[in-house]
Amino acid sequence: MAENGHNPGHEDGHGHGENAEYYSLRAEAMQALLIEKGVCTLDDILTMADKIDSRSPEDGAKVLAHAWVDPEYKKRLLADAESALLELGYDLPETAPKLTVLENSDEVHNMAVCTLCSCYPRSIIGRPPAWYKGLAYRSKVVVDPRGVLREFGTELDDSVQVRVIDSSADFRYLILPKRPAGTEGMSEEELAKLITQESMIGVAQALSPESVRAG
Amino acid sequence: MAGNAKYQPGDRVRIRVGVPPTHFRTPEYVQGKQGRIETLWGAFPNPESLAYGGDGLPAQPLYQIEFAQTDLWENYKGAATDTLLIDIYEHWLENI
Repeated sequence: MAENGHNPGHEDGHGHGENAEYYSLRAEAMQALLIEKGVCTLDDILTMADKIDSRSPEDGAKVLAHAWVDPEYKKRLLADAESALLELGYDLPETAPKLTVLENSDEVHNMAVCTLCSCYPRSIIGRPPAWYKGLAYRSKVVVDPRGVLREFGTELDDSVQVRVIDSSADFRYLILPKRPAGTEGMSEEELAKLITQESMIGVAQALSPESVRAG
Repeated sequence: MAGNAKYQPGDRVRIRVGVPPTHFRTPEYVQGKQGRIETLWGAFPNPESLAYGGDGLPAQPLYQIEFAQTDLWENYKGAATDTLLIDIYEHWLENI
């Protein structure tokens, strides 16, 4: 894995860099076949790509920061993420996989992976980072989750239960990171800046208010 | 929807061992391992049929299953309470 701990998927030959041309040709060929065989139209493909690209980690952070400040909303989000997202104006595409939110606390730390491919809560936080799709992360996190956490700069006490969630089927998992200490007086907008893409995957905690101020 | 589900939350099950020559979504690292049903999600189209242009029917009950990490890996390095959750379709489960 990369030494800086933030790119643990880049050395695995997942298809970025030198194979980019091959994968781009393959994607074009598949698109042409899907259209030719009437599985979907070019318009369907472009609409779905636009939908995914219209979401980013900022969208997830906004929702999760709201859950931090509103305990009743948090309950609804954990019980039925899709309805709770709709309350904030996020209407997930009907074709999107089901979405569930898992809460991290002092007792439990959840982290998400897809060991089979690259399942990810795209419908709310957009495309996954490259390392998430890489073989290094996907194979290591299920065997040695605490080792992966350390690579991302997170050391957890053994009293915290680490739960790896492998998204292998019809559900996608968004992690609600633990609200950091010293954030009591912060606005929802400021809080959202503490919620990173890594913290919503569960490989890191939310940022501390000090690190944001210093940065 | 999942009225015909064979298992309920709390039940212990074993994941079937098999590598069918088709698309399947039961990773080999959980095959043969024992876990506990955490959640019954309802019934979902069978991906092994969908992947080949089928209708996915009959829909399969889908369960979220929790394993102790120490049951998955002989030399697990983390805490004894650490777990792994994964979603598995009913036809991959067997009684212990």
